[in-house]
Amino acid sequence: MSGSQKTWTKMFALLAALLLVAAACGNSDDTDADAGGESGEGSGAASCAVEDLNLVTGGTLTVATGEPAFPPWVGVGDDNFDVPESKTGYEGSLVYALAADLGFADDDVVWVRTGFDEAIAPGPKNWDFNIQQYSITDVRDEVVDFSDPYYVTTQALVTFPDSEFANASSVGDLKGALLGAQIGTTSLDFIEDVIQPDTEANVYDENVDVEAAMNAGQIDGLVVDLPTAYFIIAVQVEGAIIAGQFDADAADPEQLGMLFAEGNSLVGCVNGALQNLKDNGTLQGLEDTWLTQDGGVPIIGN
Amino acid sequence: MSSVGPPSPEGPEIGRARLLPTGLGLRAILREEGARSALIAASSTVLLIGLVLWWVLSSEAWPAVQKQFFSPVHFRAAWPDVLGGFWLDIKMFLVAEVLILVIALLLAMIRSLRGPAFFPLRALVIIFIDLVRGIPIILLILLLGFGIPALQLTGVPNSALFWGVATLVISYSAYTAEVYRAGIESVHESQRMAARSLGLTQFQALRYVLVPQAIRNVVPALLNGFISLQKDVALVFVLGVREGVREAQIYTASTFNYTGYLAATVLFLSVSVPLARFTDWYTERDRRRKQAVGS
Repeated sequence: MSGSQKTWTKMFALLAALLLVAAACGNSDDTDADAGGESGEGSGAASCAVEDLNLVTGGTLTVATGEPAFPPWVGVGDDNFDVPESKTGYEGSLVYALAADLGFADDDVVWVRTGFDEAIAPGPKNWDFNIQQYSITDVRDEVVDFSDPYYVTTQALVTFPDSEFANASSVGDLKGALLGAQIGTTSLDFIEDVIQPDTEANVYDENVDVEAAMNAGQIDGLVVDLPTAYFIIAVQVEGAIIAGQFDADAADPEQLGMLFAEGNSLVGCVNGALQNLKDNGTLQGLEDTWLTQDGGVPIIGN
Repeated sequence: MSSVGPPSPEGPEIGRARLLPTGLGLRAILREEGARSALIAASSTVLLIGLVLWWVLSSEAWPAVQKQFFSPVHFRAAWPDVLGGFWLDIKMFLVAEVLILVIALLLAMIRSLRGPAFFPLRALVIIFIDLVRGIPIILLILLLGFGIPALQLTGVPNSALFWGVATLVISYSAYTAEVYRAGIESVHESQRMAARSLGLTQFQALRYVLVPQAIRNVVPALLNGFISLQKDVALVFVLGVREGVREAQIYTASTFNYTGYLAATVLFLSVSVPLARFTDWYTERDRRRKQAVGS
């Protein structure tokens, strides 16, 4: 008996000690505001010559993308799937265009892979920037830095032609739909804030899982950005169609940005290069090549 | 020894203090010792935690980690959704656990049947248990959760939630059946023979003689399985089900802040730690009761 009583006494002592310690370090919340951004952001005026850039490996532009990376963003073509070095796809070719503008040779671009979570975890990074359709939001901007947007997209609904939602013409028609979205996308926010369906949307890790759920009949439709929607109906889900793209007024358009570690001075130089590509029409050219499809997609209005 | 005062009480737990003069003084000293060891325990704990904290907090990266993992603002923001998802975890756990306890017992009883006539049944159960235990549970969830609904069989539900829970039941039934079987085999063979010699059938012997004794033997192991299942229900998120861990992930993915995971951790601990304590308490009580019977 006394043995177990002692154990309890010790456990309470431990608990008390923990609470004390928690109280002692609980009031340091507001001191962290200036901790992250001390190294940079004010350095936009610094030289953007290759030798002056803040790189993880000198002379090399190390770029991270998804594992795997999907068309039409990276690696378009039968032999190019998941091969960013193929310089195909919108993001894949954009990186090489940016690298050229910054003064790198194509061979100086090195690709690494990260999962979504890895990319945003605190700690040292082994890449200069990460490009995998990250949407820019204020909350995210508190812990990482984003480049200026390199693409603005709208959301689209993918479903099967025999679905009762295939002819939806307004957001209200989708109230009864069981929808799916990929985690970490603004598509999910769009479903919850704008469509507000009666049944909570299912959320998947990868669009491969969304495909499985559609084939299994577990969801009526999928909300995804328009370029990815084209890829899904062309390659991933046989027989699916784009029922429509949502009226841009219905939600904030999704702006995609490259992701940098908080306070990385490189972002200024990359933004400069991006601006050059916008000014000389290169960016529009890439968009026309990789993302724009023929044939109108109906609009799903408010 | 002293001639005054009653003789010290005998007993293994106070062996060290037996030379002390009076029962009253003994209790006082024991109390004092208890207070002293509590004091030592508390101060060494504070010292250890203090050292670890100093080590962690002195890291240059700590402010960033604190902001992304331990933000009170984000904790509050993530809490309602994570709590709602966790409630689904609890419901899945309760439904699955009841089914598992029943199905696993049936499997174990079939496997414990003797005689050549029951060979096909036994073989089927053994194959089922071997197969299910040989597949990682996450793979089983993906295979059954996405695979069976894709067959579009009439009358078979295609809900991800249904197949997620069904897979947990299938997987855990295989493991739990083996726990039951170990319990049945731990009952002495003479019990079975005695039951049979009284004219009970094989099923009756299992039902009225072996299983009741077996279950009592394996309750701690079954409770251990509860704790394990209570956490594994979260795995159905791979099918798109919005349970607690998934809600935390959604929050993290949209805000890039991990505090939502902390909220989910707190919720899971709030159930699994009491369950673990209960298991320990029950095992200890059972052990003492058995010893009391034995002596």
